[in-house]
Amino acid sequence: MKKSSYPYQFQPAKVRSELLRMLPISLFVVAFGAAFGLAAVQKGLAPFDTLLMSTLMFAGASQFAAIEMWGAEVPVIPVMVVVFAINSRHLLMGASLYPMLKDVSPAKRYGLILLLTDANWAVAAQDYQSGRHNLEVILGGGLVLWLAWIIGTWLGVYFGGLFQNPKSLGMDMVLGCFLLSMALGGKKNLRVLVAWGLAAAASLAAWKWLPANTHVVAGALAGGVVGFFWLEKQPTDAQEEAA
Amino acid sequence: MTIETTTAGVLALIVIMTLVTLVTRLGGVFAMSFVRISPRVESFINTMASSVLIAIVVPMAFAGDAGALAALSVTTVVMLALKKPLPAISAGILAAALVRYLV
Repeated sequence: MKKSSYPYQFQPAKVRSELLRMLPISLFVVAFGAAFGLAAVQKGLAPFDTLLMSTLMFAGASQFAAIEMWGAEVPVIPVMVVVFAINSRHLLMGASLYPMLKDVSPAKRYGLILLLTDANWAVAAQDYQSGRHNLEVILGGGLVLWLAWIIGTWLGVYFGGLFQNPKSLGMDMVLGCFLLSMALGGKKNLRVLVAWGLAAAASLAAWKWLPANTHVVAGALAGGVVGFFWLEKQPTDAQEEAA
Repeated sequence: MTIETTTAGVLALIVIMTLVTLVTRLGGVFAMSFVRISPRVESFINTMASSVLIAIVVPMAFAGDAGALAALSVTTVVMLALKKPLPAISAGILAAALVRYLV
């Protein structure tokens, strides 16, 4: 028993409540998934391959980009570059959870991170800012989002006609609005606002002048630099929560 | 180098893309296991985390149509007023649908 070296205690009840908390957003993810399933079969992917892709990759934006490059032949390196660039935000998201992930065993740590996606990460990251350690949302939220993505893809593959134009219903904005509300719900002091200003400017500059899909990482690192040089007075009050 | 989209080719492509995605999910955590979490690193991580959200959303507003802009603006206003995500998100989506219906 190595309880002392990995102090994080998973609460099964909290996993369930976090799963339910992510259920509303998961319904929208079903609609997204359906849009992907439809787009993929229209590009000539077989239903099985489309479902396999959603199940294994679980990374919507990069899947859409990949099938845009689909044809009789697919260029391997460009597809890898695009998928890496779009998903490179996972690198930073995973890193930002490390202060919590170090408290679970490596097997659980790397198992959990397989379920990392924007929505459950945003909740965990914002909770952490408020001193709450919430890896349960990565597990519970990740599972429900993953299933929603697969079910949605399946619906789109077989009943795509129902989801012809999700954009007209504003469905493409669900994730953006969700992430924005998470950011605005967090701490807002001068230090954070300066970081956000720099992040916004850097992401826009990268979006305009740097290669495609680099803007998230560029903006996030620019914001992080503000934190690196400008420390908060009390470093962290998360410590007592962890105890 | 290209891969033909035969049965085996498609499977190979899916495996390759899955591996690339896995590297992004595991890589950040793995790299951090070599870093000592000093208060400075902690501060970097925390400001970076909320900056990820800003860096996703701001270019989305600039690249998007009037509906996208309406969705994000309305979400901002409702979120700052009510401090509750669900009404803010719903209002934002509704705003996008409405603007796109009208324009």
